[in-house]
Order: sequence, then structure tokens, then C-alpha cells
Amino acid sequence: MSENSVNKGRRRLLTATTAVVGAAGAGLAALPFIESWQPSAKAKVVGAPVEFNLQPIGPGQILKGQWRGKTIGILRRTNDMLETLPDLSGKLKDPDSNAENQQPRYAQNPNRSIKPEYLVLVMNCTHLGCVPELVPEVGAQPFDAEWQGGFYCPCHKSKFDLAGRVYDGVPAQLNLQVPPYQYLDDRTIVVGVDPQSAS
Amino acid sequence: MARPASSMRSQITALGNWVDKRLPVSSFWRDHLSEYYAPKNFNFWYFFGSLALLVLVNQIITGIFLTMQYKPSAAEAFASVEFIMRDVPMGWLIRYMHSTGASAFFIVIYLHMFRALLYGSYRTPRELIWIFGMLIYVVLMAEAFMGYVLPWGQMSYWGAQVIISLFGAIPDLGFISGESLVEWIRGDYSVSDATLNRFFALHVIALPLALLLLVMLHLTALHQVGSNNPDGVEIKEHKDPDGKPIDGIPFHPYYTVKDIFGVGMFMLLFAFIIFYAPDGGGLLLEHDNFVPADPLVTPEHIKPVWYFTPFFAILKAIPDKLGGVAVMGLAIVVLFLLPWLDRSPVKSIRYKGWISKISLVVFSISFVRLGMLGIGEGTPAELRESQVWTALYFLFFITMPFFSRMEKTKPVPERVTSSH
Amino acid sequence: MAMLLGSILGMTSFTVSAAGGEGVQLFPVDINVFDTAALQQGARTFTDYCLGCHSASYMRFKRLAGDLGYTEEEVERYLLPAGQELTNTMTSSMSPELATKVFGTDAPDLSLVARARGEQWLYSYFLSFYKDEERALGWNNTVFPNASMPHVIWELQGVQTLAQHAETQADEHADGGHGGHFNPADQFELIETGLQDAEEYQRTVQDLVTFLVYLSEPSQLQRHQLGIWVILFLALFTVLAWFLKAEYWQDIH
Repeated sequence: MSENSVNKGRRRLLTATTAVVGAAGAGLAALPFIESWQPSAKAKVVGAPVEFNLQPIGPGQILKGQWRGKTIGILRRTNDMLETLPDLSGKLKDPDSNAENQQPRYAQNPNRSIKPEYLVLVMNCTHLGCVPELVPEVGAQPFDAEWQGGFYCPCHKSKFDLAGRVYDGVPAQLNLQVPPYQYLDDRTIVVGVDPQSAS
Repeated sequence: MARPASSMRSQITALGNWVDKRLPVSSFWRDHLSEYYAPKNFNFWYFFGSLALLVLVNQIITGIFLTMQYKPSAAEAFASVEFIMRDVPMGWLIRYMHSTGASAFFIVIYLHMFRALLYGSYRTPRELIWIFGMLIYVVLMAEAFMGYVLPWGQMSYWGAQVIISLFGAIPDLGFISGESLVEWIRGDYSVSDATLNRFFALHVIALPLALLLLVMLHLTALHQVGSNNPDGVEIKEHKDPDGKPIDGIPFHPYYTVKDIFGVGMFMLLFAFIIFYAPDGGGLLLEHDNFVPADPLVTPEHIKPVWYFTPFFAILKAIPDKLGGVAVMGLAIVVLFLLPWLDRSPVKSIRYKGWISKISLVVFSISFVRLGMLGIGEGTPAELRESQVWTALYFLFFITMPFFSRMEKTKPVPERVTSSH
Repeated sequence: MAMLLGSILGMTSFTVSAAGGEGVQLFPVDINVFDTAALQQGARTFTDYCLGCHSASYMRFKRLAGDLGYTEEEVERYLLPAGQELTNTMTSSMSPELATKVFGTDAPDLSLVARARGEQWLYSYFLSFYKDEERALGWNNTVFPNASMPHVIWELQGVQTLAQHAETQADEHADGGHGGHFNPADQFELIETGLQDAEEYQRTVQDLVTFLVYLSEPSQLQRHQLGIWVILFLALFTVLAWFLKAEYWQDIH
């Protein structure tokens, strides 16, 4: 072996170049495998926007449905219910809905909705994902002596008001999420897409 | 190291030493790569061992990702494969890598085996390497067959029906009969959901584990005795004062860089098939397998995938069910015996006589030609031709002990004759 | 390596010729799935004439939008049958029970028909319907004798019958024949002209087959495009690997 004639620089350069190109190739080859874990075309269809008919919901009632495997609740709030909202601010963690991603911009308002009457929520508790119950009655409850009506999570006793805003001092830290939704007409909403004007 | 090491580098060295005391990393590297001496005269035929390993890795990785989307049930299997082909992002690529990989595996393995025939790589002291290699081949055939059943198309279904029925040729021996065996393999009275489900289990875990174990044994046995070479001489018989074979070169870096080049060439071809001819004109993915399995409709022309067709042609050449199955089995078994059938004083075809050379050529042609006839529809003319080639196939093995011992050989050089 | 490629290609041509060797003479045709206009026209023919009875249940309407060069609105306007949604798969409104009643058999799903039958077979099939009073629906086909399917697009092609002289010729050919140049179109005589002339009709069928070929593997569009880049990258890598090998092997004498 004639060590003398070997150009070490050239050898090192070739080794490094081949190694870098090879590593890049391995990285690129990994992409299809990573990509294959993305939701399939079928999952996207199942996760497509869902229409809800508002007509059968009576005042003070809630309609539940599914969107992308999550429970969606649509609460038709009476004027009495809406009036409880401003006074609660002191007891809430995030009364002005400042936390990002918990509601679209068009629902970042005191009622957390497009139209005050209808509240649209992802009903999974922001603590560990249980589904809180609607407890609309005002008055003393086992879990709150001054209950103004709202959602109560039986799993870990988190409390939310009638706009889905979380109370202070409970396990949940964030307001219930408002999904993207839009009105098709006065009686129909679609959950899963932003209103045309907002997108 | 001459220069004082930086603290970063010394820390890495310290970590390396710490690991090395607890795990034989560097000694493994030395024993099997940097100080594993391979003959310096490997040629083209020596690429296929490392390529087989590459294809094995490809099959395992793509296979793992396919099992994430595939449904091993008769009701859902076919649709789930189409789901992978259409709805899973990049699923088509993963599936084609796997289906093309199956054929690539056999091409590589056949060329690898042919290399052994050329240079006598199965001869003493490498008999066990050959035996393990043959076992790998047999397990691979089972693996490929069961994999082909999984898409649950017409060919999957009827191919399984035919192949499993071969076991029915076994006569009633009292404690076991062909019929009861066939029923046991299927787990039902026909090929069904139960069959598919058990084939899936064998295909994705049992047989791959067996393959990996056998590959490990194959390589361990190889590294125990060292590689053969195109001249069929032992490089260990001529060592320098340090005890290194004079005609040997460290596997790393010389054969690693050479094999990387081989990998590049192989992947170019492999990619070309995947992207521009993934069904290989009906050879790699058969047309009838794009029709869902239908137990009520038999395809006009049932045939196995190309890599089985040499043996399928032998099966069809014998006009008797039990006889056909037995001869087909023998065609595989006889390959195991090769180390003891070859009595030549030399290993490599380079120094064997002309009878050996002609025999090997005729044998190779018979194997390829049987493969082509096995694809055919089985006309009387094709069957007659198959019988001739079957006879020649076996004649190679039957006459080998005689011609290999008697023929005039050329003198074998002391040392290997040429480098790269 | 050259030998390896040769053996693959050699075997491929062997099966292709074997697949065609059933005694049926097929019409030659070139299909180009990158011909967007042909795909669009074929898709319209498919939804107008085929989708009534056949489904393509592995295909979603939505996917046609990107692949065929249409917007989602255009797919809705041109291709989507009433009452269907974009996210649906292409399913026929005809129930299997009704199909069995009318045709004596369930109309097969067409998602993969081009991969199962081949483009040349499909093209020839649509050109080979002829009037046959002995069949329940009045139609027969030389490529698929006694097919249950009637000639759905006869209005376009017109009506053809089996020419007297051709029957014997075709028979001779099926028997292994004289090898000479046999034009499959000679088998037929047009007895009633359709809305399209022969050339237009062939174009319609070619477009339809182009769509069916696409339908059988929508990812082939992506496959062909991605392949070039992968091969170029691998070529670069292989050239580098060659230089690296040559560099190290200078040591070996």
C-alpha cells in the first residue's frame, strides 16, 4: 500500500460529500413514511365540516353532536342566561378570552359566539377531556353555593360559565374551546369552517 | 494522538471508553469490519450479499408501515390495500417499495446463489454458510407466498388455494393425511378469513424473526471461516508477519465503499421499477390480483409469481399429483446437498473442466427456461418442454459427483490472480 | 447490472405477449394519462354513461378536482350526479339487486378495471359491440363474447354488425393463424350511423379509457413526477460513491 501517493484532502472531501448526500438521501427517504401518518383522505372526509340544524333547540336547551370525534355542544341561551355573564368576571380565570386558540377571532367577544343566542363549544373539558354537564339552574349547588348556571365537569370538578369560561381555582386552566363555525342561514350552522369573511 | 486533544474530544473519548468497557463496540467493529480481511479480488458477483441485506431492511421498514394501515380480514383486506394506494399520504410509494422489494429480493438471492455455484462458495469449510443460506431461501419463499395472499385479490386467493392443496398430495398415513393437513393449514373448509389472518401473523412476525435469525447465523458462519473468492483459494494460507492475509484487505473501508456504489446502482434500478413499472407488465403485480378474491369464480389461468415459476413448471411437468409435489420438493432439497455432490479438487469454475462449465450453463438455462414455462398456460408443447428441462435440472446434480471428480482441471494458483 | 435489467425486461415482454395470446385481436391504442383534456372528456363520458350502473367505489369525486385540472366547482358542475356530495366515493345509484334483475349480473366496480383488463382490452371492448338478436339485450361483443353489458354508447357509435367474411377470418386467426396483418376493424360493418363518425368515436373511447386508466391508480400522476427526482438524486449519489470507491481502491494493488 503506497500511503505516499494518497491525497488525504481529496479522500476526506469525497468521504464527507458522499456521507452528507447519503444522509440527505436517508432523510428524504424517511419523508414518505412520516407523511403516511398524516390523516388519510378518508379521515379528512370523516373530519369534514358538519352541519347542525338549530331549529329543534328550545330556549335554554343544548344540542350535542360530533365533529372530528369531539363532542360539539350548541347551547341556545335565553336573555336571563346572557345577563349572568358580565357579573361573573371577578370569579373567572380568563374573562376576556385572551388565551389564543381557545376561540376563533370572531368569537373573541363577551358572549364568545357569533350571535349571542347560540353558543357553540367543543364540549371536552380543557383539563383532561371529560365532557362537562350543563347545569343551567341558578342557585346553590353541591359544588358551588353561588352557582349562576354553567357547565360542571364531574371528573375533576372544573366549572365553566354559560359562555364556557373557566372559573378560577379549578383544575382546568383554559376556557372551553369554540370551534370554527359559520352560519349557512339563520337556522343552520356548519362546524369546522370559518365564516367566508373571516377566512 | 499527537496533538493535544481538545476537552470536547477527550470527553467523547472518555464516553466511548466508558461504553466500550460495558459493550464490545470497538472490538465488534474491528472483528467484523475494520480488521475483517476479505479477499481483494471480489468481482461483480460479490455485490449481492450486501444488497440482499439492504432489501431485507427495505422489506422490514416498509412492511411495518404497511401493517399500520392494512386490515387482515377477508372482508376488508382488498379495500385496505386500495386505501393504502389512494387515501394514505404516500401510501402508494410504501406499498410499491414493498411489492417491488419482494421481487428484488429473489433476483438478488438468485444471483447470490449463482455466485456460489460459480466459485464453489459452498465447498469445505463453508458448508454451513450454504445450508443457512438455503434455509433463508426456503423461509423467504414461505414469506413471499404468504405476503402475496394478503392483498386478497383473485390471484392471492386462488394461488393460496392451489399451493395449500399441494399438501393434499400426501397419502393417508393413519396419523396424518393430506386432506386433514390441508384443512389444518387453512383453518377452514376452504381458504378463508382464518387462513388470511394466520398468514398475516406468520408473514409479519414469525417468518421475519426466523429470517433475521438465519441471516445472523449465515453471517456468523461466514465470518468464522472468511469469504471465498473468484479463484477459490484460501487467503488465510498466506499471511504476512503481522498475521494478516497478504491477499486480504480490510472490509472497511474498501468493501464498504465498494458496496455503497453497488447499493447506488441497485437503487437506481429499483427506483426505476417502483416509479415507472411497478406492476412489471403483470409480472410483479398480476392483473388478476386487481380483482377482489371471489371463491365462486376461478381465474382462467392461475400461476404463481415469477420467482416460484421454475418449481411450478417442475410440478406441472410430472403428470401425477404426489409425484409432482415430491419432485418439486426434491428440486429444492437437492440444492442443500450441493456441498457433498461437488467432488472437484478445485472450487472455482475458472479452474474446473469443460464438463463443469457446460453443466452449469445448461443448469442455469434450465432454471430460467423452467421459470418462463411456469408462467405459461401449460399447453402440451410447454409441458413436454418442461419435462426435458426438469430432467436436465436433475441431471446436473445426479452427474455432478462423477464429472466433478473425473474431469481434468486446470492448476489452481497459490495466490489470488487479480485485484478488482 | 445490464444482465439484471435484461432479464427483467425480457421476462416482462414474455408475459405481455402471453397475456395477449388468447386468440382475440385487439385494437392498438396509445394512452396518455397526462393528457388533461382527455381525462376531463373521459370523466364526463364516465359519469354520463357508466356511473348509472357501475360504481368506482375506491375513488372520491373530490380527488378529481386536483388531478383532472378542474376546480371543485367545476367537478360539481360537470361530473357530480344530483344528490351526491364531493366527499362521496363514486357510487352508482343502481342497487346490486336491480342490476342483477336487468342484466342478470351485478355491474362490476370499475375502480381497478384498467389494471385488471389492460388499456388495450378496454379500448377494443368499446369498439367491438355488434348487434346480436340472440342476446337478451340485443348486443354482443367480440372481445368479451356474451357480455351482459349492452352497448351503452351506441348512440355515439351507431350500430354495427359482424361482417360475414370477417367471421371466418377471425376464426382462422384465433387458431394460430397466418400471421398476416389483420385489422380488427374489418370484422364489423356499420349499418346505422351514430352521432359521431368513426374517428370521433374512437377519440371518445380513447378518452374514456384514459380516464379509466387514471381511475385505476390516481397516484400514478404523482408517481411519474416524483420518480424523475428520485432517480436524479440516486444518480448523483452513485456517481459520488463511484469516485469514493475509486479513491480508496488506489491503495489496492
